[in-house]
Amino acid sequence: MAEGRNPVAVASLLLPATLLFIAVLVIPLIMTVLLSFYSWGQYTGIVEDFTAENWIEVFTDPYFGEIFLRTLRISFLATLLAALFGAPEAYILKRMNPRWRGLFMLVILGPLLMSVVARTLGWALLFGGNNGVANQFLMGIGLIDAPLPFMFTETGVVIALAHVMMPFMVLSVWASLQRLDPQVENAARSLGASQFTVVRRVLLPQIMPGILSGSIIVFALSASAFATPAIIGGRRLKVASTLAYDEFLNTLDWPLGAAVAVLLLIGIVLIIVASNALVERRYAEVFR
Amino acid sequence: MSFLELSDLRKTYGNVVALENFNLSVEKGEFISLLGPSGCGKTTTLQMIAGFTEPTSGRIVLGGRDLVSMPPAKRGLGIVFQSYALFPHLTAAENVAFGLEMRGIDRASREERVREALAMVGLKGYEDRYPRRMSGGQQQRVAVARALVIRPEILLLDEPLSNLDAKMREEMQSELLSIQRRLGTTTILVTHDQQEAMALSNRVVVMSKGRIEQIATPVEAYNNPASSFVASFLGKTNTLSGEIRGGTLVVGEFRAAVSGADGPVAVTLRPEKMRFDSTGLRGTVTARVFQGNCWSYQVQTAQGEVLVLRQNDGQPLPVEGDAVFLSWSPADMGLRREGLSHG
Amino acid sequence: MKKNGFLALAFHTVFVIFMVAPILVVCVVAFTPEGFLSLPTNGLSLRWFRAIADYPEFIRAFWTSVYLGAVSSTIAVILAVPAALAFSRYAFPGKGALSAFFLSPLMIPHVVLGIAFLRFFTQGGISGTMTALIIAHVVVVFPFALRLTLSAATGMDRSIESAAISLGASNFTLFRRVTLPLILPGVISGWALSFIQSFDEVTMTVFLAAPGTETLPVRMFLYVQDNIDPLVTSVSAVVIAITMAVLIILDRLYGLDAVLSGHSDRNS
Ligand SMILES: Nc1ncnc2c1ncn2[C@@H]1O[C@H](COP(=O)(O)OP(=O)(O)O)[C@@H](O)[C@H]1O
Ligand SMILES: [Mg+2]
Repeated sequence: MAEGRNPVAVASLLLPATLLFIAVLVIPLIMTVLLSFYSWGQYTGIVEDFTAENWIEVFTDPYFGEIFLRTLRISFLATLLAALFGAPEAYILKRMNPRWRGLFMLVILGPLLMSVVARTLGWALLFGGNNGVANQFLMGIGLIDAPLPFMFTETGVVIALAHVMMPFMVLSVWASLQRLDPQVENAARSLGASQFTVVRRVLLPQIMPGILSGSIIVFALSASAFATPAIIGGRRLKVASTLAYDEFLNTLDWPLGAAVAVLLLIGIVLIIVASNALVERRYAEVFR
Repeated sequence: MSFLELSDLRKTYGNVVALENFNLSVEKGEFISLLGPSGCGKTTTLQMIAGFTEPTSGRIVLGGRDLVSMPPAKRGLGIVFQSYALFPHLTAAENVAFGLEMRGIDRASREERVREALAMVGLKGYEDRYPRRMSGGQQQRVAVARALVIRPEILLLDEPLSNLDAKMREEMQSELLSIQRRLGTTTILVTHDQQEAMALSNRVVVMSKGRIEQIATPVEAYNNPASSFVASFLGKTNTLSGEIRGGTLVVGEFRAAVSGADGPVAVTLRPEKMRFDSTGLRGTVTARVFQGNCWSYQVQTAQGEVLVLRQNDGQPLPVEGDAVFLSWSPADMGLRREGLSHG
Repeated sequence: MKKNGFLALAFHTVFVIFMVAPILVVCVVAFTPEGFLSLPTNGLSLRWFRAIADYPEFIRAFWTSVYLGAVSSTIAVILAVPAALAFSRYAFPGKGALSAFFLSPLMIPHVVLGIAFLRFFTQGGISGTMTALIIAHVVVVFPFALRLTLSAATGMDRSIESAAISLGASNFTLFRRVTLPLILPGVISGWALSFIQSFDEVTMTVFLAAPGTETLPVRMFLYVQDNIDPLVTSVSAVVIAITMAVLIILDRLYGLDAVLSGHSDRNS
């Protein structure tokens, strides 16, 4: 398809959005980076000097290290759960009778558009102390003897996050399943492969890019998740984003909060860019 | 008993009858084509032989073994899919090796056979290429090699050449044929291209709307089509209405001695079997088109428009507006009592 | 294609229960007749739905959210349509970089956006105002609006436009009579997705909202932070019901996975 070249038209079409983004995205982000280099005192407030003390504190105080480590751990586990359950489910959906599939797509993808606060509230109700529904159910089917602590624990946050992120994983794997040639499975079977071999040798390698890009999305979103860890984790079990929130709105130490936020941003961008590059290089030959 | 026997095969999807009354015997080493327009049930038939679709009723017997109850993985058939269905994450050599691996063949002889198979389809040196980086024709060859390397009892091909351009298709046709002749593998080809079916097969199975119209050698089917459908599907045909009166066939001014009861008949004639003569069916040339090795004529007659093909062999030929007489050898025409309405 | 086996269906059942359970429990607990959190074992009651009326904060927050969502997604779509046309119709240097730039709000944690906007609006003296909220939400939902309008504009058969031009249509007529009607489904679903994103946004908005401009999710979040009682479950149940209705409409109109794919490919 021949594409037109018309600088005036392009500029006038793109100018409004570009101006908006520069004015209210780039400038605020730069201001935030600057803010992280200012100092703050209980009585002085924000002082616009230029110091690295917030950054030094974030990197040297083990309190911050622990929180960032927890953020990574929680995100990793939530991603793992989502991949372990979301990928097989996408495959099951793919093989389902289209009428049922439509219904279950709605059930599984629908939560994506539902208020995160409402969904997390649901988990809080399910976990709710020792007599939460989840514990009663698990004890009822004899899986556990004593109630498990879910509320205010990393386990609880991981489960709720996996639930919140699950649709992204299903959607991503679903998209890669859609690109498959349905005859390829038949080809493998005609060559003598069992169902298990078909999945392991033919299907899985082909949807791996989908699982990996889903994992990148889920990991990035989990690492920046706020409402879920805030509600399930409570005030004690902090992650990076709830830490930044507390520094900003409770302690009022904006520069320190800005440093935490900027570090979170840089970390996430690095992880996304690096893993995208890895995935792309690994699969460039095969799929592009 | 033949090598492969399909008896009374029938397949329905809900109310749709995709295939019925399907009976076919295939001899070992034969090259059979299933030929028919899109939607006539060719793929359904092939998929039932392969085991990906279960027949609603009927039997499929291969070398005395019942196939219907056997899972596809156990049937030992080689299949070339229309989309090729290559494993995109495996190289050409790994694709070809897959079936051998499934059969537990050791690495050394596997490598040997993969090399042989790729060489056979003219892909020496392409072992480590991924399918995405091969042309359509090359992918096609990998698919053929992958299907043949397991030494299948039958090779099944579903419109294997329809994604190739015209030149490539002809090249692949002759290669396919020479490979099949060399290996002697029993082959069933699905195609909607009559030229392809006739060029490749020992026998064609002409199908329409889920039913077999005719099973015959290409020459037989072309010269003696069993129905007007077969006649028109296997190339251009003129259908003229005539009458038999006391052992003489009368078509306009044309006369020929025939045997048969008196009454109206439909006369079918291939365009290349008609010639310009000094007597015969009278007409006027309305248009002629040069086609290189021949001229294609449209002749207006009292019977309607007639198509005539004449060799471009240097002989003088009529031009537009000329009054002509058409005649033919009675041996070249088909006579049918039915089908008058199709004229 | 082979059917799912028993094991697959068992897995599927567990999976669906997992996905539905938290949403279902909210809706069920909302009907409790008791004064405390409990499953409604002694019959159903609407008392906690009626109780919402006595908390005008929730009602006001709801309307704030509707207004904010409608205004910001409308602005986002108005900006996104010309941008999508530029991306789909013209070749220009820096195209890839610019589209990455426009999609970047998807990659930035909303906490960071909240902090950045709070600092920015405080310096600008409009912190806590509706204007500030609208500006912030336009930036956040813009990628969704752009994604869907862009895929409509790229997917459209360009020869139709060429035909209109050859018939003598001016640029403006071309846009109004041909291009816009053809990309309209994409534009509308882009608007709808933007609206839902704005309506649900809590992480960034919690930094920006002042008591008069609190959105519904912010109000719910702050409420839940203090204590969880049946009132907030009945509010959540109402929100879930509304979302469900919109969802079913979207699914009927465009197919959910098509609408959401603008959502999923955020990194590509
Ligand atoms: N899975 C299916 N479900 C319903 N109808 C089908 C299915 N597969 C094929 N058919 C129908 O069966 C008939 C034969 O199809 P097919 O064998 O694919 O034809 P061909 O390969 O000759 O084009 C068609 O009418 C088609 O619509
Ligand atoms: Mg077919």
